[in-house]
Amino acid sequence: MLTSRALVRGLKSGFWRPLSSTSSVQAAHGKDMSPDVLDPSVPQYNNRLDTPLSDVPFVRNLNSEQRQLKEKEKGPWTKLTKEEKIALYRLTHELTYPEMRRGSSEWKTVLGGVFIFLGFSGMLVWWQRIYVFGEVPHTLSDEWVEKQTQRMIDMRINPVGGFAYHWDYVKKQWK
Amino acid sequence: MFRAAVRLSVSGARSLTRPQLGLTAPLVQRCYAHGGKLESDEEFDARWVTYFNKADIDAWELRKGMNTLIGYDLVPEPKILEAALRACRRLNDLASAIRILEAVKDKSGPHKKIYPYLIQELRPTLEELGISTPEELGMD
Repeated sequence: MLTSRALVRGLKSGFWRPLSSTSSVQAAHGKDMSPDVLDPSVPQYNNRLDTPLSDVPFVRNLNSEQRQLKEKEKGPWTKLTKEEKIALYRLTHELTYPEMRRGSSEWKTVLGGVFIFLGFSGMLVWWQRIYVFGEVPHTLSDEWVEKQTQRMIDMRINPVGGFAYHWDYVKKQWK
Repeated sequence: MFRAAVRLSVSGARSLTRPQLGLTAPLVQRCYAHGGKLESDEEFDARWVTYFNKADIDAWELRKGMNTLIGYDLVPEPKILEAALRACRRLNDLASAIRILEAVKDKSGPHKKIYPYLIQELRPTLEELGISTPEELGMD
């Protein structure tokens, strides 16, 4: 059990870390990375529809032009240009509400993957039918089934509600 | 789900929807849980306006207030939002002001008429403080 746990952890860190957002990407966004993001005891930024104002702003380490913009924010907001207002918003929030609500195209990938695997299984089954299974028994050949059916009619199999019931013995045909 | 829709329309943007729904009695927000007097809509609104109107409100209180308010099953009245926006101004926080507008638009859900009504009511405040709506900034 201990070895399997170590194996899982090794697989996790080796396989998943490059797939999850890398520290370089997050450093660019100014999130406080490494220990903080994984530390739930420190307030974190999150994009939530039900929590419009997050505990901490998205970008915490401001460079000098961002700091200047923050200073300008202290004055009348009528003096800010549209771009500055958008920049201020993006400093505090990563995603807007429409961006948060936006769905992904992941379902296409999932469905595609499902069909690929179903198709692959289908190919296997087909191959198996051709190369693995032998001939069907001779008792299923048309000739044999004809003779068998005639015999069943002669024996009056299930005359009340079953097989021979459906045969018209007078007209010598199926009802 | 219908109850929520009715609550949203009755308690939030009352003057807009009441003629359509024909409801006359004010719906009450607070529950009987503590066995006390039920709070009316006006008292609820007044309480929140007072909260945001605190002169030395701090950033935490603003965030806490907004997050709590958005958690309720209603769209806040324009006067509460105006008080909140003015609190943002006192805290020099334009981003939060825009975020509040986005949040109430999202909060109104399928009732598309609520948000334009709110903006119309808040227009004087928005112009006075210089707050642009998310639509004006192209954030939708």
